[in-house]
Parts: sequence; structure tokens; C-alpha cells
Amino acid sequence: MTDIAAAAAVPQISPAADARLMLAAAARWRWWEFAVWIAALAAIVVFPRNLLLLNEIAILALFALSLDLILGFAGIVSLGHAAFFGVGAYAAGLLGKFGYGDPFLGLAAAAAVAAVLGFATSFLLLRGSDLTRLMVTLGIALMLLELANREAWLTGGADGLQGVTIGPVLGLFDFDLSGRTAYLYSLGVLFVLFLLARRIIHSPFGLSLRAVKQNPLRARAIGISVAVRLVAIYTLSAAFAGVAGALSAQTTQYVSLEVFDFIRSADVMLVLVLGGVGYLYGGIFGALIFKLMQDYLSAITPQYWQFWIGLVLVILVLAGRERIGAQLTRLFAPLLRWRRA
Amino acid sequence: MTVALETRNLVKRFGGLVATDDVSIAFQKGVRYALIGPNGAGKTTLINLLTGVLRPTGGAVILEGADITGMAPHRRVQNGLARTFQINQLFPEMTPLQTVGLAVSERQGHGREWWRLAGGKREVIDEAAAILERFGLTDVMGAETKVLPYGKQRLLEIAVAIACRPRVLLLDEPAAGVPEEERHEILDIVGGLPDDVTILLIEHDMDLVFSFAQRIAVLVNGGLFMEGAAKDIAADPRVREVYLGEGGHG
Ligand SMILES: Nc1ncnc2c1ncn2[C@@H]1O[C@H](COP(=O)(O)OP(=O)(O)OP(=O)(O)O)[C@@H](O)[C@H]1O
Ligand SMILES: [Mg+2]
Repeated sequence: MTDIAAAAAVPQISPAADARLMLAAAARWRWWEFAVWIAALAAIVVFPRNLLLLNEIAILALFALSLDLILGFAGIVSLGHAAFFGVGAYAAGLLGKFGYGDPFLGLAAAAAVAAVLGFATSFLLLRGSDLTRLMVTLGIALMLLELANREAWLTGGADGLQGVTIGPVLGLFDFDLSGRTAYLYSLGVLFVLFLLARRIIHSPFGLSLRAVKQNPLRARAIGISVAVRLVAIYTLSAAFAGVAGALSAQTTQYVSLEVFDFIRSADVMLVLVLGGVGYLYGGIFGALIFKLMQDYLSAITPQYWQFWIGLVLVILVLAGRERIGAQLTRLFAPLLRWRRA
Repeated sequence: MTVALETRNLVKRFGGLVATDDVSIAFQKGVRYALIGPNGAGKTTLINLLTGVLRPTGGAVILEGADITGMAPHRRVQNGLARTFQINQLFPEMTPLQTVGLAVSERQGHGREWWRLAGGKREVIDEAAAILERFGLTDVMGAETKVLPYGKQRLLEIAVAIACRPRVLLLDEPAAGVPEEERHEILDIVGGLPDDVTILLIEHDMDLVFSFAQRIAVLVNGGLFMEGAAKDIAADPRVREVYLGEGGHG
């Protein structure tokens, strides 16, 4: 931030140099980003009893991040993102069941299978309105759910996939009951994929996605192939979701039909909207809020906790995040001034 | 003379309405054209057919000798055909720098590079900065497009098209909504493009048309009424009657 201020203070700087600084500044790490990741790591020490919950949060965050890639950065709505989570989970689970329990092998396989499914189905989403896309994605997830249900010889059907054995991470760290390895593993994978996503959205390709989202007519008129870009990001998003599914299968050593459930697709959308769409951290904050609320509320009102999540969602969407954000900023402004002074 | 862009018996129907009626016209390389005609004559429709935004009902579009009738819009741009829109088509939440930079980077073939930070290529930034400077957009290049005043947005609309470095440039009323005194400035920048660039300008302001165009095509009810040297068109009694005679335009 100080660099931008310094650049602005030198008026004689050439426009090109100025432009370079401006673009570089957009991709620079902010202080709070470091804080997020340090806090995520510190959580191991601070909340040693809640590592299983933290693991779930990390996985949900990755899943929501994958949705953010298409929804936040390319404007593709989906109500069937669980399709990719599910195939990723089954890919990793089946590998583990049939003796290929290396965690990273499972992740790679899950990413590949989900990417192939994403690539193949992306062509169904190129044309059509948001409503079409919602229905097509919903339909695909439903079909996969039925398929997994019917092919019980492979998936275990309604009983779930049992007997999944996952080897130690890097051949060293066994998955323990406390969830310590699981959380570190999931967090590490989340972090690496987050870095990749961050890199991509600040690349020329990422910029072109935003262009496609904001005005496809103009995007085409500067020579961008809208279809190719959408297929690419959808495939990548599917791979991310597949990895999230694989993490879930590996750390719980179990896969049930619920991985394809409509509720999962709807929840991840909810999580992303809770956390905010289109700035990469929405999935992480959303997953945190969602899981904590779920954990806390379901302890006091086991049946009705979703009511409160629903209420928060409605308020958030109707009142608008910006307005709430502005109110909060006003509330905390004296504090910020004090911090700067 | 070589033909840069050509239409052959181009037809576009919207239901019963014939918006483009059997238009055959050839635009010579490096010549500055104006396309005039009353409101609803089919000028924008013609541009949409040329750029592939609309598919023609019949006929063909030929760019530098190649039939591009079925070519996707973005491929036409890559083949040197760029346009501006009558109503601004911009990226509201991107800055002029990002917008022009993106157009330059796409043209230079960096658009699919996902591993590199945008803004890292010197040749992209330098060219984008030069274009922004030429259009007087340097001081606002870091502001979101949606907060810019209309005049600046209009300039950006043209700057983006020029960033595609077209060999044929189609301008759909670029000066519309721009204050009288700034209109000539816009067309001066456009007129300052290299001599081998073919330009087709849609414009209702006859002063601008005659100061800019070497040749003029007149469109009436979707059909090509006539095409010729600017002074011949200005002198033609029939054109005066159907178009100029209407006493300016609303
Ligand atoms: N997408 C469309 N669907 C139906 N009719 C259309 C469509 N686009 C244009 N038209 C009709 O085609 C005719 C030509 O329209 P066009 O926009 O090409 O005229 P124009 O010469 O550009 O007019 P102006 O000077 O007002 O911009 C008009 O009657 C218009 O209503
Ligand atoms: Mg028009």
C-alpha cells in the first residue's frame, strides 16, 4: 500500500510506468490475506479439540472456492456443483478401497475425473440463460446421484462406500483420530489450490474471464473466444471441486450418496454468497461462518438451525453486502483511524 | 485498388421486416467511408452483419478476399475487423487501463496465458498506455469504467476498438452524445490512423460526414440507395431529397 502512495506522490512518472504499477498493485498481497492464512495455521494450536470441524471447514472452503471460479469470475450459475465434488469423492474413495491409498494419487485422480466431467458438460452451458444453466447443472447432479445409487456393486449404493483405506500423507503422516493430519492436509491442499486460483484470476486469462462476465458482446468484439474461456474455467472449477470431494472421502474414509445431494450444491452456493462472490476469500469466510453457525446453532436448536442460516442469507442478499459493509466500516472507522495514527 | 471488405446480396429479415435489403457494396482498402441514412435505415444492422453479431438471412460477407459469412465474431476481430457500438459496450467494473490492456494483450496473443500476472508484459503496457494517452484517458485509467463521465466512456469505446489494431474499422455513431466541440477531436484521432486502414463511419452530423469521408454510402429502407465520392453524393438531388432534405436529423 505504501508503494502505491509513493507512486501517486511522484507526478512526473511516465504513464506506462504508472500503468505497470497500477496493474501490479491489483495483484499484491494485502495484510489481511496473510492474517487469514496465519490464523488458519494457528488454529491447530488454538483449537486442538476442533480439528475435525476445521477440516470440514477447509474442505467446504475449497468447494466454495471452486464455485467462485465460475460464479464470481465467469458469471456461470450452477445448482449442481456437487456433481464434481461427488465424482471426486468416489474416485478417491474407490482408489483407496482397491489398494491405491496414496492421498496425492487420489487427489490427482479425483481432479482428472472431475475435470473430464466438467469439460464434457461445459458445452451444455455455453448457450442459454441463467435459468437454463441452473436446470442443466441440477439435472446432471441428479443423474449422477441416481447412477451412483443404481451401480451399488461399485459405489455401495445407499450403504455408502465402505472399506476405504488411505495411506499416510507423503508416506509419513498417518490420519489420526484427532483430525490433526486431516486438517493440515486439507489446509495445505486448499492453500496450494488457492494460490493457483489467485494466480489465474490476476493473469491475462483471468482478466479476460471478467471481461466475458461483464460484457460478452464486447469481449467477442476484442477478439476473445467466449466459449473457449468458459469451457476452460468450468473444467478447472470442476477439478477443484473434485479435489474437495477427494479430501472429504480421504479424511473421513467414507463416501455416501450424499456427495451428489442437491442440498450440497445449494449449500455451497449459500456458503459463497454468505462469504461474498468474486474475491476468492468468499468461500473461506463463508465456509467458516456457515460451519460455525451450523455447529453452534445445531447444538442449541438441533432441528431449526437452518432457520437462522436462512435468515442471515435473506438479510444479506436483500440489504446488500455493500451497504452492510459500509455500515461496518463506519462503525469501525474510528478504530482504523486510531490504528493508522 | 484492393477491396478490403465486401458484401454480396446481403439480406437480413426480422420477421416481416427487411432490415437489410440485398446490399452489395465494396469498401476499398485505405478509403474513409461514411454510411448515412435516416433512423431505422438499417445502418447498425449492416454493421452487425459485417461483424458477425447477426447472421444474415442471405448473401455473403467477404473480408480481404475471404468469405467470412459464417465466421465467429471473435475470429473476424482477429482477422482485422473491429468495431465500436452505437450504445457503449464496455466492461463496467474494469478500468480503462485493464480494458485497453486486455484488448492489446488479446491481439498480441497473450489472452490465454494463465500463469503470468496481467501487466507483466512491457509491450502490452506500453502500447495500452500510449493509446490511453492519445485519447486523453491517462488521468482516469485507474478508475472503474462505470464511474467515468459519458464523454470519457465514449472515448474508451473507440480506444478499445483501435487497440485491436484493425485493418477495417467500423464506427457506429462514435460522436453520438458527445458535446459539439469535442466531436471533431474524436474524428481527428480516428482520421489519424494509418492510411491503409479502411474506415466506415456511421454519422448523422453532415458537417462531420463531409469533413471525414472520401466516399459516402446512403442506406434507405435497408437497401443501398447509392454510393459514390463525397462531393457527388452531396450534389445528388435524390440524396438531398431522401436524406439531406429532411433538414438534419434527430
Ligand atoms: N434485433 C432486431 N429485431 C427486430 N428488429 C430489429 C432488430 N434490430 C433492428 N431492427 C429493426 O431493423 C430496422 C433497422 O434498424 P437499425 O438499428 O439497423 O437502424 P439504424 O439505421 O442503425 O438506425 P439509427 O440511425 O436509429 O441507429 C429498424 O426498423 C429496427 O427496428
Ligand atoms: Mg444505428
